[in-house]
Amino acid sequence: MELKLTLNGRAVAASVEADTLLIDFLRAQGCLSVKRGCETANCGLCTVLMDGTPVLSCSVLALRAAGHHIQTLEGLQEEAADFAAFIADQGAEQCGFCNPGFVMNTVALLRENPDPTDDEIRAYLAGNLCRCSGYEGQLRGIRAYLDHKKGRG
Amino acid sequence: MLNIKTYVRVQSLEEAYDLCQKKNNVVLGGMLWLKMQRRSVGTAIDLSDLGLDQIEEDGDFYRLGAMVTLRTLELHPGLNELTQGALRESVRHIVGVQFRNLATVGGSLWGRFGFSDVLTVMLALDAQVELYHAGRMSLEAFTQLPRQQHDILTHVLIPKKVGRVVYLSQRNISTDFPTLTCALSRKDGAYTCVIGARPQMAQVYRDEKGLLSGGVTEETARAFGEDVAERATFGSSLRAGEEYRRNVCAVLVRRGLLAMEKEG
Ligand SMILES: Cc1cc2nc3c(=O)[nH]c(=O)nc-3n(C[C@H](O)[C@H](O)[C@H](O)COP(=O)(O)OP(=O)(O)OC[C@H]3O[C@@H](n4cnc5c(N)ncnc54)[C@H](O)[C@@H]3O)c2cc1C
Ligand code: FES
Ligand code: FES
Repeated sequence: MELKLTLNGRAVAASVEADTLLIDFLRAQGCLSVKRGCETANCGLCTVLMDGTPVLSCSVLALRAAGHHIQTLEGLQEEAADFAAFIADQGAEQCGFCNPGFVMNTVALLRENPDPTDDEIRAYLAGNLCRCSGYEGQLRGIRAYLDHKKGRG
Repeated sequence: MLNIKTYVRVQSLEEAYDLCQKKNNVVLGGMLWLKMQRRSVGTAIDLSDLGLDQIEEDGDFYRLGAMVTLRTLELHPGLNELTQGALRESVRHIVGVQFRNLATVGGSLWGRFGFSDVLTVMLALDAQVELYHAGRMSLEAFTQLPRQQHDILTHVLIPKKVGRVVYLSQRNISTDFPTLTCALSRKDGAYTCVIGARPQMAQVYRDEKGLLSGGVTEETARAFGEDVAERATFGSSLRAGEEYRRNVCAVLVRRGLLAMEKEG
């Protein structure tokens, strides 16, 4: 079936099967930051933005995204670069596998709530699982970024 | 994994209803539960174009389209003011924000899942559902219908008069399925208690013995908690044993009642 959507600001048209998942479509389009971690809608690794809203691309049919704007990490490099280094500085990236999902959902968090409390950060990122870090590093990294931004502003 | 032959974005409820009469066609909600199944689907029926993602105020009710997401429920100011945050509390532990941006209220209630936080809270709110063919009925009546119906859940109605409401759940670990869910409400002096994840489907327990007729105190709250724990049936599952659930039930009901009195 014919699918038309906007991917990272660019109009895309492709032919997909009725049951093609958005994650597989995006990877076929070269967006390899979008990864499968669990495939049971639990880990958050496959997070993409659909019309600005974070969703699990492993659980959305590609055809459901027809007519919508999809953003992946490939299209958000600048926005992500702003805070990603702060997270890395805290040693929160160990194997790094969970990172794309964390970064995508942090982008969504900061757009929705530019000045979150620690509890708000924890609540928003609760659906992003990390097997290595224990989560404190990510929290410290985002906090350091927010403090830095405030100091600057 | 779902194998889907054809995908249709229906343009009317009638079209959706006609298509869903066939046994191997399915209606898509957020698809999160459906996707966990291994099954071959003829036609996947997508309701996305029908405007069912809206929350309207309709006289004495909030009228929620079936495609309203759990995240929308969590953030809706009017509904959370009405339910004193109980609606938010009932969904905020469900997996994560990205998940709740997809999971729908229609799919959550249609599934009548034993573990459902959403079903538990909606029963305490005395919600009603509208089915395209079978019409409007109380959610409690809907839970008793056979699961094999081929119909479309179009709307969920929440009465604007809900009284006091409190929601509590117990989980082994945050974002996991609950090991017990508990919602309490007090409307016009009458108490309703709903217990779910027993692990069977949520069920309503009223104060049949009038234990709370003299008001809620530490003692009457404890007595009612123990009464519900005794009347309810529990079972054992991977996540918790029957006895554990019974004990947690007595505690959550007592805590819920005391919290209700404190803030009310
Ligand atoms: C990993 C995981 C963890 C979860 N954890 C929790 C939890 O902790 N607490 C909790 O309460 N819930 C939990 N859930 C359930 C979840 O919140 C949703 O209730 C569930 O996914 C169903 O909603 P959906 O929109 O995804 O529906 P779908 O999966 O799309 O559909 C579910 C069923 O309802 C049918 N259906 C959907 N919409 C309609 C409609 N409008 N009319 C008629 N039929 C319809 C479908 O055909 C299907 O049979 C969890 C689910 C998963 C997958
Ligand atoms: S791969 Fe989508 S949530 Fe884990
Ligand atoms: S750093 Fe390894 S999973 Fe998060």
